[in-house]
Amino acid sequence: MTNLICITCPIGCALQAQLVDGKLTVTGHTCARGEEFARAELTNPMRTLCTTVRTNDPACPLLPVRTQGEIPKAAMMDVMRLLAGVTVTSPLTCGDVITSLAPICDGNVIATCDWPF
Amino acid sequence: MSIQTNVAVIGGGPAGLAAAIAASKQGADVLLIEREARLGGILKQCVHDGFGVVRFGEKLAGPEYAQRFLNELREYPIQTLTQTFVDKIKPHPLGWKINLVTAQGMRQAFAKAVVFATGCRERTARQIGIHGTRPAGVLTAGSAQYFTNILGQLPGHRCVILGSGDIGMIMARRLTLEGAQVLGVYEARAMPSGLPRNVAQCLHDFNIPLHLRKTVTRCFGYPRLEAVEIASVDEHMQPIAGTEERIDCDALILSVGLIPENELLETLRVSIDPVTRGPVCDQHGMVAPGLFCCGNAAHVNDLVDYVSESGEIVGTAAAQYTEQPRQHAKIIAGQGMMYATPQKITLPAGKFPLYFRVREELGKSRVVVRLGDTVLAKKTYLTLRPPEMERIALDLSQVALQEGQEIMVEIL
Repeated sequence: MTNLICITCPIGCALQAQLVDGKLTVTGHTCARGEEFARAELTNPMRTLCTTVRTNDPACPLLPVRTQGEIPKAAMMDVMRLLAGVTVTSPLTCGDVITSLAPICDGNVIATCDWPF
Repeated sequence: MSIQTNVAVIGGGPAGLAAAIAASKQGADVLLIEREARLGGILKQCVHDGFGVVRFGEKLAGPEYAQRFLNELREYPIQTLTQTFVDKIKPHPLGWKINLVTAQGMRQAFAKAVVFATGCRERTARQIGIHGTRPAGVLTAGSAQYFTNILGQLPGHRCVILGSGDIGMIMARRLTLEGAQVLGVYEARAMPSGLPRNVAQCLHDFNIPLHLRKTVTRCFGYPRLEAVEIASVDEHMQPIAGTEERIDCDALILSVGLIPENELLETLRVSIDPVTRGPVCDQHGMVAPGLFCCGNAAHVNDLVDYVSESGEIVGTAAAQYTEQPRQHAKIIAGQGMMYATPQKITLPAGKFPLYFRVREELGKSRVVVRLGDTVLAKKTYLTLRPPEMERIALDLSQVALQEGQEIMVEIL
């Protein structure tokens, strides 16, 4: 039995989860998303990574970004290193793709606001 | 050149944006005043996600949440002044006279109604009794966030975080991702003061230790922080002699609470709630005739979704404001409650959200809203914790409330 805190919403339910022969038992959740979260935590934990990338504008040197969807938790530091080499130079709209995450994992990194500001 | 408007909104963060849009939707002329160069308030630097779950059913990053309101704002004829500071507000035959300091000089605005959406401020080291030197490297979590996420400068390489508020835990993760070492989060209380999900995803995920019942008592080093002294605290939060230990670090980041920012509103001698530290408001956010307050300036929220909701309610009411005699009933935070807002109700009561926080952590409990022996609303919770603000949708449109009556909110 593993104790988990569900991070899906601000309630933060305290879950007790167990995965035996592919069969998941969860208690403590108050909605279906808690079960999904527990399954992922016990098999392949996933997270949304939010960070910034450089811009070529010294007055506003950073643009906020995040992964489009979740990535494996274990890949977060590799994605940080990849993004350390990215500089934004042309105008973007919130949601535009900045870079693909291949070859680290599936998915893209998107802008989380319009740029230039 | 002076500006005449129906509604002046002070502050272009989430509360002010929602209030300006809502007032404009009612057909009012709206002036939105922001002291920074960009609208969006603190959301600009909150690059982490988790915003908008209640409102949009999605986990958005802070700037992304703000962007939705900025896009909506453009669709309305709202006059926006950025890099503009409100210096003074005075009553005037047109309503309120507002002195503005702009990059081009002084200006005046006249508004029938003024909405204060001025947000909140962080408690500082001097407000929590940390002794010793005053070196560089001691900063609030919000300042550390500004350096890291807006300026692109890491505030330290070996960081100690005092206080387990949400921003402190979020900064622990953020600094770790950016290559700093976070030595630990220290919390004087017995329980973390932020949301459980942040303990999980910000601390547990990155193996950052959380030390409860410990606090920072002293800073060492000058001009740069070199170390802090940590001590265990007793049940009265007082440091216990003999438990001190010294930890070498170059940054001390404080996440020790937020206080509504009402310096301007206080000059108008309104009544301030000693618990929320915001003004006493009615269900429309009205503080006094023609003066309104919303968002974190009214009381510190933990979800921006509710800040936006409050902005919308208040913006709508400010647009509809007319001078007339008003009668009020009261809402009293009863047994087990730290506070309940709104603190008063202008009659007729209608429908509105009631927000509250409890005094201490509770298991399964029932919250009851009653007028005398008549139960107006009740809600059962599996757990209630002081860090988590709760909301009950009240519908009092069928209740014959009278001037001066008291509605009690309490735990049964």
